[in-house]
Amino acid sequence: MDIRKFVVGSFDDEAVLFPAVKKVRKAGYKIHDVYTPFPVHGLDGALGLRDTSLHTAGFIYGLTGLTTALGFISWILTRDWIQNYGGKPHFSLPAWIPIMFELTVLFSAVGMVLTFCYLCQMAPFVKKHIFHPRATDDLFVMVIECTSKTNVKETEDFLAAAGAKEINVQIAEAGWWLGRYDQDSKLFDNKSETVTA
Amino acid sequence: MIKQQFEIPAGYKKWTYGLLAVGIVALIAGFIFLGMSKNEHDQTRFWAVLLQNSVYFLLVCNAAMFFICAITLAHGGWSIAFRRVPEAISAVVPVFAVLAFIVFLGLIMGHRHDIYHWVDKEAVAGDKILTWKKGFLNPTFFFIWTVVTLSVWVFTGSKMRQLSRKADEGPMGVEESKRYIWNNTVWAAIFIVFFALTVGSTIPWLWLMSIDAHWYSTMYSWYTFASTFVSGIALIALFIIFLKNHGYLEYTTREQLHDVGKFIFAFSIFWTYLWFSQFMLIWYANIPEETVYFKMRFQGPYRGFFFLNFTINFVAPILILMTRGSKRNYAIMTFMSVAVILGHWLDFYQMVMPGTVGENHNLGWFEWGILALYIGMIMFFVGRALTKAPLLPKYHPYLKESLIHHT
Repeated sequence: MDIRKFVVGSFDDEAVLFPAVKKVRKAGYKIHDVYTPFPVHGLDGALGLRDTSLHTAGFIYGLTGLTTALGFISWILTRDWIQNYGGKPHFSLPAWIPIMFELTVLFSAVGMVLTFCYLCQMAPFVKKHIFHPRATDDLFVMVIECTSKTNVKETEDFLAAAGAKEINVQIAEAGWWLGRYDQDSKLFDNKSETVTA
Repeated sequence: MIKQQFEIPAGYKKWTYGLLAVGIVALIAGFIFLGMSKNEHDQTRFWAVLLQNSVYFLLVCNAAMFFICAITLAHGGWSIAFRRVPEAISAVVPVFAVLAFIVFLGLIMGHRHDIYHWVDKEAVAGDKILTWKKGFLNPTFFFIWTVVTLSVWVFTGSKMRQLSRKADEGPMGVEESKRYIWNNTVWAAIFIVFFALTVGSTIPWLWLMSIDAHWYSTMYSWYTFASTFVSGIALIALFIIFLKNHGYLEYTTREQLHDVGKFIFAFSIFWTYLWFSQFMLIWYANIPEETVYFKMRFQGPYRGFFFLNFTINFVAPILILMTRGSKRNYAIMTFMSVAVILGHWLDFYQMVMPGTVGENHNLGWFEWGILALYIGMIMFFVGRALTKAPLLPKYHPYLKESLIHHT
């Protein structure tokens, strides 16, 4: 659990947001995240995020589902509880393919949803700090993470110059999961101002 | 400097004329040694190969127009930057329609009951199942519906291309743009509805399924459609990569190629879904009059093709095209497109051959020669069609959407 200080700038136009993201990154600020009301194409690239490995995880879950189905059905129908269905051989692969397919889809879908929640640090009963309620409505919210060295006033001015409509400073929990941020050297030190998120 | 007007490179011409020469020699030699042979099997082989190729490549090129129309109806803008490529491919349809029609004339007028068993009146009269099907499987209906189908494809296709040329003329205002999109939508809708009535249902029944006249499958038309559609997309991908490599289509980026790759990937799986559904239901029910179709293919002399077909058209695309990087890679996309086109050509081979030449099948000089002829013709006519219009529909209302397209 670590509490940090954030400078939050809200933009009301995609066309302003993109150059702003570029400027902010160029100036060396660390963007915590950008919250948008809808998926903005190309924003991940502009933010310099690496490609997600969620689909690799999905592929592995799918393979797991496939082998689970094949292993389980073939064990049941050729060893554990052998039955004769319409004179077909006990090991009748074509009949199992629909089930193998379904389990592939089930495993990869459920696995990917859970992985996605893990990556986004979402879980039941965990409250995430919301930087701006209108991020789900019509504002693009850019959140800049402060270190102990950051000059907050300067950051605010920089965001204003980049075209942000609303700027404020918030103190919130950055991440709750397995202490991901604890390894960072400089945490925000003014912990007495804590606002429980 | 934007290279808008395609000029056919010398190497392309060389290959085109080379393939055409090989193909024409094969056709003439095939006509002399197989078509006019005293041996029944040789004659059957001659006509079966012509039927396989003329139907396959006609449907593949027509699939390019289906691609345009489907995207038009969905108001998709991403493909505008390379739209002239599928248009040029679909411009081959009139030529291939005439060729296919000549083959059908030869088959029906030549009374080739070894290909279409149902043209034999005596056999039909003594056959309960074929007598039931007589209302549908008879030469008159076959000809009327084939002519109607081919002419509507040619007409609506050329209408779509003609509309597209309007986007070269000059900037359109808002109202004019709206009218333009609406016109496109209407003609695309007409094409698609007619496409559903033909490729989506009746045409594969008449042209291909009636080879096995006693047998039927409700999956057949969709299966044929999936086969030709995925090959059509692969052909589009090949031309895009070719043009990109020669410095054309600079507004078509890897983003568009990625989406085309997704189409190949997705429709390979769609094809497998239908291929397997058709197989599994028949395998499961195990009714003799249905399983007879797979006797030859699954257990008989075509067993190798059956599994080769599955490997090229499903295992290869799903494993190779799964990652993002491979769909954006020219070399892998070229390789997979060629594999998919050849794979579905083999798919058509095993659709046509077991019911015609049967055990005497022979993937030899004539088969490859006719394949070369058709590839040569596609290269020749598509290359010529590409030179006729600028490669970018400059004033198309959706152009910007295509330029900023991002996956």
